[in-house]
Amino acid sequence: MGLSMFKTFARFGLTAILLGSALAAPVSAAEIKIGEINSYSALPAFTEPYRKGWQLAVEEINADGGINGDELVVISKDDGGKPGDAVTAANELVAREGVVLLTGGFFSNVGLALADYAKQRRVFFLAGEPLTDAMVWSQGNEYTFRLRPSNYMQASMLAEEAAKLDATKWATIAPNYEYGQSAVAVFKERLQELKPDVEFVAEQWPPLGKIDAGSVSQAIDAAEPEAILNVTFGPDLVQLVREGTTRGLFQDRDVVSFLTGEPEYLDPLGAEAPEGWIVTGYPWYDIDTPEHQAFVDAYQAKFDDYPRLGSLVGYIELKMIGEILKKAESTDAEDLIAAAKDLEMDTPFGPITLRGIDHQATLGAYVGTTAVRDGKGVMVDFTYKDGADYLPSDERVQELRPQ
Amino acid sequence: MSLYVVQFLAGLANAASLFLAASGLSLIFGVTRIVNFAHGAFYMLGAYMAFTLTRTLDGAVGFWAAILIAAAVVAVMGALLEMVLLRRIYQAPELFQLLATFGVTLMVEDIVLLVWGPEDLVGPRAPGLEGAILVMGRPLPTYDILLIALGPIVLLGLWLLMHRTRWGVLVRAATQDRDMVAALGVNQKWLFTGVFTLGIFLAALGGALQIPRTAVSHHMDLSIIVEVFVITVIGGLGSITGAFLAAILVSLLNAFGILIFPSISLVLIFLCMAVVLVIRPWGFLGKPVVAGHKSAGVTVRPWQPWSREARIGAAIVVAIAALLPFWLGTYGLFVGAEMMIAVIFAVSLQFLMSTGGLDSFGHAAYFGLGAYGAAMAVKWLGAPMEAALLIAPLTGLVGALVFGWFCVRLSGVYFAMLTLAFAQILWSIAFQWVPVTGGDNGILGVWPSGWASSPATYYWLTLAVAVFSVAALRMLVFSPFGYALRGVRDSTLRASAIGFSRQRVQYAAFAVAGAFAGLAGALFAFLKGSIFPDALSIPQSVDGLVMVLLGGIATVSGSVVGAIVYTAASIWLMSQTDLSRLVLGGLIVVLVVAFPKGIVGSISDLVGGPLFRRRGAGPAGREAAVAGSEGA
Amino acid sequence: MAEPLLRVESLSKAYGGVQAVKDVSFTLVPGEILALIGPNGAGKSTCFNMVNGQIEPSGGRIFIDGQDTAGMSPRQIWRLGVGRTFQVAAVFSSMTVRENVQMALLSHENRTNVFWRQARQMESGKADEILELIGMASHADRPCAEMAYGDVKRLELAIALANDPKLLLMDEPAAGMAPRERVELMALTGRIARERNIGVLFTEHDMDVVFAHADRLMVLNRGELIAEGDPEEVRHNPQVRATYLGEGLVYDQAKTKVTT
Repeated sequence: MGLSMFKTFARFGLTAILLGSALAAPVSAAEIKIGEINSYSALPAFTEPYRKGWQLAVEEINADGGINGDELVVISKDDGGKPGDAVTAANELVAREGVVLLTGGFFSNVGLALADYAKQRRVFFLAGEPLTDAMVWSQGNEYTFRLRPSNYMQASMLAEEAAKLDATKWATIAPNYEYGQSAVAVFKERLQELKPDVEFVAEQWPPLGKIDAGSVSQAIDAAEPEAILNVTFGPDLVQLVREGTTRGLFQDRDVVSFLTGEPEYLDPLGAEAPEGWIVTGYPWYDIDTPEHQAFVDAYQAKFDDYPRLGSLVGYIELKMIGEILKKAESTDAEDLIAAAKDLEMDTPFGPITLRGIDHQATLGAYVGTTAVRDGKGVMVDFTYKDGADYLPSDERVQELRPQ
Repeated sequence: MSLYVVQFLAGLANAASLFLAASGLSLIFGVTRIVNFAHGAFYMLGAYMAFTLTRTLDGAVGFWAAILIAAAVVAVMGALLEMVLLRRIYQAPELFQLLATFGVTLMVEDIVLLVWGPEDLVGPRAPGLEGAILVMGRPLPTYDILLIALGPIVLLGLWLLMHRTRWGVLVRAATQDRDMVAALGVNQKWLFTGVFTLGIFLAALGGALQIPRTAVSHHMDLSIIVEVFVITVIGGLGSITGAFLAAILVSLLNAFGILIFPSISLVLIFLCMAVVLVIRPWGFLGKPVVAGHKSAGVTVRPWQPWSREARIGAAIVVAIAALLPFWLGTYGLFVGAEMMIAVIFAVSLQFLMSTGGLDSFGHAAYFGLGAYGAAMAVKWLGAPMEAALLIAPLTGLVGALVFGWFCVRLSGVYFAMLTLAFAQILWSIAFQWVPVTGGDNGILGVWPSGWASSPATYYWLTLAVAVFSVAALRMLVFSPFGYALRGVRDSTLRASAIGFSRQRVQYAAFAVAGAFAGLAGALFAFLKGSIFPDALSIPQSVDGLVMVLLGGIATVSGSVVGAIVYTAASIWLMSQTDLSRLVLGGLIVVLVVAFPKGIVGSISDLVGGPLFRRRGAGPAGREAAVAGSEGA
Repeated sequence: MAEPLLRVESLSKAYGGVQAVKDVSFTLVPGEILALIGPNGAGKSTCFNMVNGQIEPSGGRIFIDGQDTAGMSPRQIWRLGVGRTFQVAAVFSSMTVRENVQMALLSHENRTNVFWRQARQMESGKADEILELIGMASHADRPCAEMAYGDVKRLELAIALANDPKLLLMDEPAAGMAPRERVELMALTGRIARERNIGVLFTEHDMDVVFAHADRLMVLNRGELIAEGDPEEVRHNPQVRATYLGEGLVYDQAKTKVTT
């Protein structure tokens, strides 16, 4: 009893202080604080562009009158790539900084830890980049939403393209952890649905970040597949491309590859980028819709750098939060959820919906073919795949997601 | 058939780069007895430096010049590190050297980030060696042929250097008997610097030679260092030929292993090491280094149970801690609970290290086992928190009983490495075995029971368990069992001459420490609501080591203070800066060099020390007080 | 005749090609003080370490109280009633003098597996008795780490006495001590041994000590037993003289000292 009384006092005191400071500075409007958590120190190559993206969005929102007149303030924390530390940061943001919602995440495990925290503490959470399907399905919860097209959606997009190929004998190379395993599983399932005569003749599961690409290439080559699915990325991908190319692994074979078209993964390869791979990605240089061009121009003007996919995700993430807050006209978690469900908004990729049924945004991805242009890897012959077309039926979603 | 041939050759090519890094590590250990954790950092620096140089130096000559210059530049950096840092800690116990070089690794990671930026860099391929030749109808990259040749060439070069030059003869003599070489009037300082520089040159060369194969990234260091440790340990610390054989064994096992079990890579190397160490505790060609083993926990002043005054003081501190929920908000209590969990983890490790003289580098294994035990009990059995908290110490205990049986057969660096290997095996299992452990996505929804779910009650729960753990472990330290454990640490010879078994006593201590770590792990899982493989990872083990060191390795339970300070500092750093590794690494280095007694050790020296202290200045606290008392 | 306390038969030890101990046989009866002497590297410590279980013999057998000790570890042999001191003192340096003796006492009673009681309060009376016996009572609370080396050697004797041994193995018990301390230590050992009927096997370089206290001597050279007998016999053994004189060592010196 003493405790709760003390807390009431403390809260009262805090409110008084906040009121006092608000009164002392009457010129500035009220603030709406939101919390953002990402793996800035562990994955700077991905999170730096992402940070720039949301910074641009916050600037635009506040320049445009803020959230119904209130200033949007983002308090950003590093999680060091560790889910445990992300939960600590979430606690700091929610309990100490008094943020009204949480957003962010890159690694799936960090995203899931935050989602579970959001459920337990009843805080609204919009996950930006984490890909795992569990986020909105098997581990989905009322408080968690996700922006980026999920593993399932990207696998479906790639499987659709893969089904158009003549190849029926497939091999897979994927990093041996949850992401790699589920990417392969969904791709297999979707491809076999679309083309029942395919068979998978070999699989390799190198450890993340430690591929022995020469041995892996030879092992795959020995199984004589007609096509290869690749899920590796980063330094593993570079090594696989080099060793595989030298060994003729990709000669006369179709290759379908997750994420490889994203500037984050394609650009480091430079002129050695593989050609003719079917990939998901973000060809920012050739998307000529006005809404996208506006984003690229604003981004380049502000940062003197070109956008990566992370930049776009960060940008849309904060724009989406702006829309949710505006629509909810409240910072209460339940009101935010109500506002977020079936929210429709425009993005540089076109209009998207934040689905009420499973809290997944219908943001899509570009699927195209890799090529080398001016000594750099690019995506050509790409099309935008609307995420809404690559999600399972509502009945299936209800089975997948605990109600 | 042709597949097996090329697979064999690919394995050999891989072995070459592993060997380059491992030979340097083994060479350095052989002479200086330093287990250089920073070896991976220098490997990475070699790659980055080569990347930069190949951008300015063109052509085939330029490329190879760039590789060599890069290795030389990094070797000079290594020499500077040796002169500035390592010279100060040659006499310290292995643990201090491992930690100091680990601190350097952390710093290098952030420095690389600041200098070269965050993105992966892809260097040029070796001019003239981009292609492949056909071996039995299958293409073999020409660069691989170069690497395959390079391994034996370097081995031969090192052999000639060691056997055909005066310098080499001195180095070998120093490997056998350092004091003798010093007595011969050889300047040992510069001999050590020379050896360290050569070792770093080899590591940097190994890194530089990677740029035609893979991307240069700031994760290179940690991904290579563990493998290189394993290679040197399998080969026998200090044996260059042993490292060569081990590199070939591991690489070939991997090349052929993935043909049968495509997902075996990550576990294979550690399984290999565990098997080798069980059969040959000192690796292929290593020699026992028992005589060189110095326990970090030895103190001049005998430990004593708390006096009445100290007990009252401790009770007051606990009482104040128990009243904190009336002052602290939700976040403060959350951090407080995290500190209490760190306290339990740290004191369990301290029991093993300070009392037992067993420097575990894989204590995270038991923390993680407890956490996973509790989480799985909740998830698969639907157990409530109370039951899970009982199961967790049992899973930690069982894990410690299984692994400890192998570990306590070894001592010193080999003990540390085997504990590390077991922790890594567990980590690999948790990371890869998705259907059971949830893999990287972990196990979610591990929240406390209703009564304990408020931040205040959960804090009280962790405080109560922490107080219980500290009290129980202190009681153990001062029980006959604790004395026997300490006796074994002080003098194995004497202990066996008065009838106690080193292995049995240490095995029991290992199990006790595992059980308490498991308890800490379970509380951690319920605090965070979820558990992921990183609870089993190397950083988790290192956190524990730093806490013990910060508190004072020569104290009974100084790690209580160490855990609280360290947890507060790292949460604050994480919250305030993106360069937390730079700061943390610097902190560790300073701690080891300037402050080896830790907070509690230093304070108790000030309070009760001068009356008891026999040796005045110098790093007496970390040296065995009667270093010569361990007989032949 | 009854079984002797210690019976060593044809004991050998080879390291690679080097024969450190060759076909050594001897016996020791309760209450007898037997000295093992010989130049450096003669194999004395190796002999000790084999009797004590530290080193496994390459050949031969050792019986303690009639029990064959083949394959037994040092701690099992200790449980047969064998106390041991080391050439380079080995004590628990992080403990006090009394605690060192207490540990030996507790181990003797099989109580080192006790997890709850405070060890320093167990057997402290008995420990003090032993310390009193060897004249170290005033040092009981001192940390071992700061003791003079001579005191540490005495402490080793106290530890060795804690299990009521039948046999004491003392490898250079007086090494590193001041001359007067040596004599005192051996006199004390001799007195205790005779009072308690303990057999003592010891090595020593100081011939003063050896000739003054040993009942019987054995001389080892290059691993072989070259002479055995009471001090007078050994002293006049020509082979022993040759060995010592050949090595240019102390025998004559010792002789003059003893005879004066």
